[in-house]
Amino acid sequence: MREQVRFLLGQEPRELTVTDPTMTVLDYLRGEQRRCGTKEGCGEGDCGACTVVLGRLNDGRVRYEAVNACIQFLPTLDGTQLLTVEDLKRPDGSLHTVQQAMVETDGSQCGFCTPGFIMSMFALYQGTPNPPQRQEIDDCLAGNLCRCTGYGPIIAAAERMYAIGDRTGDAFRRLAGQTVDSLAAISDQETVCVGDGSRRFFAPATLDDLADLVLAHPDAQILAGGTDIGLWVTKQLRILDTIIYIGRVAELAEFGETDSTIEIGAAVTYSAAMELIAGHYPDLGELFRRLGAVQVRNAGTIGGNIANGSPIGDSPPPLIAAGATLHLRRGKDRRSLPLEAYFIDYGKQDRQPGEFVERITLPKPDAGTQFRAYKISKRFDQDISAVCAAFALRIENGRVAHIRIAFGGMAATPKRANQAEQCLSGRPWSEASVASAIAALAQDFQPITDMRASADYRLRVAGNLLRKFFIETTQASAATRVVGAGNFAHV
Amino acid sequence: MSEDTIAGQIHHSRVHDSAHKHVSGEAVYIDDIPEPAGMLHVYVGTSASARAKITGMDLSAVRTAPDVVLVLTVDDIPGKNDISPLSVGDDPIFAPGEVSFAGQALFAVAAETRDAARRAARLGKVDYDEREPVLDVGQAREAAVCVTEPHRLQRGDTAAALAAAKHRLQGRMTMGGQEHFYLEGQVAMAVPGEDDEVLVYSSTQHPTEIQTVVSHVLEVPASAVTVETRRMGGGFGGKESQASLCAVLAALVAKRTGRAAKFRLDRDEDMILTGKRHDFEVDYDVGFDDDGRIAGVDFVFASRCGISADLSSAINDRALFHADNCYYLDNATIASLPLKTNTVSNTAFRGFGGPQGMLGGERVIEEISFALGLDPLEVRKRNFYGRTDRNVTPYHQTVEDNVIHELVAELADSSDYARRQQGIREFNSANQWLKKGLALTPVKFGISFTATHLNQAGALVNIYADGSIQLNHGGTEMGQGLFIKVAQVVAQEFQVDIDHVRITATNTAKVPNTSATAASSGSDLNGMAAQAAARIIKERLIVFAADHYGVPRQQVEFLPNRVRIGNQEVPFADLVKAAYMARVSLSSTGFYKTPKIHFDPDTGRGRPFFYFAYGAAVSEVTVDTLTGEYRVDRVDILHDVGRSLNPAIDMGQVEGGFIQGMGWLTTEELWWDDKGRLRTHAPSTYKIPTCGDRPKDLRVKLLAGRDNPEETIYRSKAVGEPPLMLAISVLHALSDAIASVADHRHCPRLDSPATPERVLATIENVRRREGLGNRP
Repeated sequence: MREQVRFLLGQEPRELTVTDPTMTVLDYLRGEQRRCGTKEGCGEGDCGACTVVLGRLNDGRVRYEAVNACIQFLPTLDGTQLLTVEDLKRPDGSLHTVQQAMVETDGSQCGFCTPGFIMSMFALYQGTPNPPQRQEIDDCLAGNLCRCTGYGPIIAAAERMYAIGDRTGDAFRRLAGQTVDSLAAISDQETVCVGDGSRRFFAPATLDDLADLVLAHPDAQILAGGTDIGLWVTKQLRILDTIIYIGRVAELAEFGETDSTIEIGAAVTYSAAMELIAGHYPDLGELFRRLGAVQVRNAGTIGGNIANGSPIGDSPPPLIAAGATLHLRRGKDRRSLPLEAYFIDYGKQDRQPGEFVERITLPKPDAGTQFRAYKISKRFDQDISAVCAAFALRIENGRVAHIRIAFGGMAATPKRANQAEQCLSGRPWSEASVASAIAALAQDFQPITDMRASADYRLRVAGNLLRKFFIETTQASAATRVVGAGNFAHV
Repeated sequence: MSEDTIAGQIHHSRVHDSAHKHVSGEAVYIDDIPEPAGMLHVYVGTSASARAKITGMDLSAVRTAPDVVLVLTVDDIPGKNDISPLSVGDDPIFAPGEVSFAGQALFAVAAETRDAARRAARLGKVDYDEREPVLDVGQAREAAVCVTEPHRLQRGDTAAALAAAKHRLQGRMTMGGQEHFYLEGQVAMAVPGEDDEVLVYSSTQHPTEIQTVVSHVLEVPASAVTVETRRMGGGFGGKESQASLCAVLAALVAKRTGRAAKFRLDRDEDMILTGKRHDFEVDYDVGFDDDGRIAGVDFVFASRCGISADLSSAINDRALFHADNCYYLDNATIASLPLKTNTVSNTAFRGFGGPQGMLGGERVIEEISFALGLDPLEVRKRNFYGRTDRNVTPYHQTVEDNVIHELVAELADSSDYARRQQGIREFNSANQWLKKGLALTPVKFGISFTATHLNQAGALVNIYADGSIQLNHGGTEMGQGLFIKVAQVVAQEFQVDIDHVRITATNTAKVPNTSATAASSGSDLNGMAAQAAARIIKERLIVFAADHYGVPRQQVEFLPNRVRIGNQEVPFADLVKAAYMARVSLSSTGFYKTPKIHFDPDTGRGRPFFYFAYGAAVSEVTVDTLTGEYRVDRVDILHDVGRSLNPAIDMGQVEGGFIQGMGWLTTEELWWDDKGRLRTHAPSTYKIPTCGDRPKDLRVKLLAGRDNPEETIYRSKAVGEPPLMLAISVLHALSDAIASVADHRHCPRLDSPATPERVLATIENVRRREGLGNRP
């Protein structure tokens, strides 16, 4: 066991004995380090004012990713490089290209959100060699709220930084070799354990160590990206006695494909898996594009989105519709179950004490299977679904040979629409069958009214999404979408 | 430095003075100020009930919680338990005996750490004797209690005009409120001084008000309280009266303990216990002729004010002042109904009731268009104020500076309105599921505080013996670029590069008795005050130079960074040095009060506004008729800022205001549960526009070649609030798209915020009225 957390703050190695395991990176920066450039806007990972950049070793290189410091616990920094807005200026005191671009386009007004934007743009600048398109910029900045500018000058800055900068001569690129060495030097296979005795934070580095720890501490809170659990601490002020963090376990961060499946480790972030998944399920790619924003997708994991059992997580409905399998492990024992079986009731999942989610298997779509996913929310980006719907359909000989329909936001768990499926199964894929399936949704679901939508709207839009799926699978030329692929420009 | 021009001259773009500090994280906000040793953190315990008698409050667990130093209740307030901006006594710091909204502060705790204070604040045990709360406008109408006196504007004989009109229709609309969502939440830090003195750093648009409420609460003279504000991380009206709670509690703790104290609200509590934009219910009854010209109109604007008056009187007044927008209302009765509810007290928000008034007026125009089958733009034009006749407002002010005809003509032309409207018809007939809509709406916004006495400002300009200049004024910087604009004015007056003009924090000890930085008036008022101060010093320098060099004063001329005196040129700094040696005062205050304005609220007559700012926007949207989702595709804006002091800053205000207005009318929905608890109290549930919501094609132009006909600071116009209302075009474009599902035969009456849910419901309503089924 290693009892210190090791990371780089800028280029400087730090070794900390952390007594408060749920101290946030933001509080560490603003409090202990007096790095006040990183701001607190919301304390829940939804405004981006606290955006910092983490550098991680990835295939012998440093990959820079923006995350929200306000919901990231300090010990999760182990093995990473933490960059804040204070790290960007050049040694001579002049502004970094990203900062300079922002000044030149009048990209700041009140300035409070600005450091967060700078860090998101910095990550883009480091990771993307070519000047980005508007959509790429929108996606990069969707997790940073600005209330002053209307975003135009900030978008202009994201374009301008490529025009004025010598990207290859960038200080962080020049220092990349040194950073790689420094990160390699602090990387090891030891389990990290920090805390104050009564509160403990474990960060194992291997899968077997993780399995042993979870078995030994069945009451421990398992932590992945922290985009949900972070709020338990910052908003509910909960005390978490024992935390087991899975973010250092290399095996769980693995993902890849076989001939017929996509395998996703429990600690794989949305960002990491998006491209591969989108290649097989374009609509799932689009859904992930709208899940949280970059900072959330860089930290949040598909496994965590499932494991926490939320009725409004966006991963489960499409994964259920696609027929995904969940793999759980307890000690050395492993078992698998269809994903929908994992969700028992609100706050209740089929996970035993000492057990943890190890992996998800997503079958590749059969030839002939049509898959669609839809997300209804008040805002397109960085919003939680009022209704999330996913459909998988295969027609053989004019009849529905395979149909899976899953919804989020319609019940206490992500759930299949069994009655609606029955109305369709074996029937012709027609207006009449679809109309009966839409009517059956009222038997499948009795949604609630809350701040995201009324029960009425939820049920109506659920039916209309099934209708939309029908339209999209029967009228190839019909325009049906205002965002994502196939949307229309102005006339 | 240049021979020909100074850096930072007026009418030229100049980047925000703090831009380099914003981007590097070096700009200091209240929470970034190094904390004095031993500083305490303050937090409040809040009410779980929206309306109840407090029958018991046990704070023993709060007092014994770790690191707690002090617990404050209503009994610990030395002066008044009131932070109402107009000192009317209805805005308690702590609920006195009964609570009147969910989230209201009950007590405060000061602890060694913020975490300890927050934890302790949750440990209060409160017993409530619950009463039935009055939560929305509908319930409040039944209860019929107002927080302040209703007002009425009256011109002509409305009843007769309505009775005689060829056409007449009535309706009711609702519009939602809006959370400010300044990125920097409410925060203040107080440092105790000697005797009864205290220094308060507050994130506020109104340092003088903070000074006033702190003095009332501590029961000390205003002279004992100094308030300083360098910058805010956004304000938007939300830090006009709402900054008081943090400031007074920090000050109270500081004076009680002798230690510095800071109170920074968490975002959730910030949204729960500070006020928002008022939501309104508007009833209209309008009579009009065959051409769509309004003959008479009767409006009632009922608003949810929350528990107290706050600024609701002036906000409701401004709604009435803007129901006409750009339209001549021959006979008009426009009344307010400022209703009391058991919700947080609503407050100032960019536009200050004006947007709500204007939105009501535009609904009436839309109704007339549908009733007559006319293009709404045509109906708008027919009702525009005339230049020489049909130019008196319902409050009897004559519109003298009308540019709306030309402005709208230019925008309709540059945006290709007519051709695009045709294209949209074609798109809609070719597409069954997606429908497009287009709308052009104008804006006329009255500039000046309607409470005439607030239209005053002070400034202080110091020149030091080395020639460097320090500028101070009563305006506050919240991102709008006020400081750079006023600095440009001073640089212009002295003809020095703007780098020589040091911008300093707003401070009640330097410039007293200031008005809020509000009502878009910041640069109008403070620019003029700073100019006055600069001109006083400049005059002294001219007199000195003429005397010292023995030339007539006409031969003293300020050139860029130098002064020509007779046949020689002297660097500015040298002249200053010489003046100092000759014992010339190099410091002056400046003062300004807006001329011409007056208004009598009792008669509803006067000239409340010095002038009007104009603008117009064309928005195009695409709506998904299956889900109610939509996208704003393109927006063209033409906006009048007079002769801009700083075009880059003004463009930022126009674009930012537009997007903020778009948020108000589209995605931003405040939602209370049936217990009166606000459930949209964080960005996870309250959705302001993101980057991707900005229309992919947004074309903004400032109206060229139009000096303000009134004598404003270098003939510029105020720009803070007016652009917000350009976003009404988005709502009307959505309405246009919705109307297309039934060939524009029914006015959709799309209320706001137009969430996908509300859009879909409105589509279905239109289809029902057309006799179609629910689904397209």
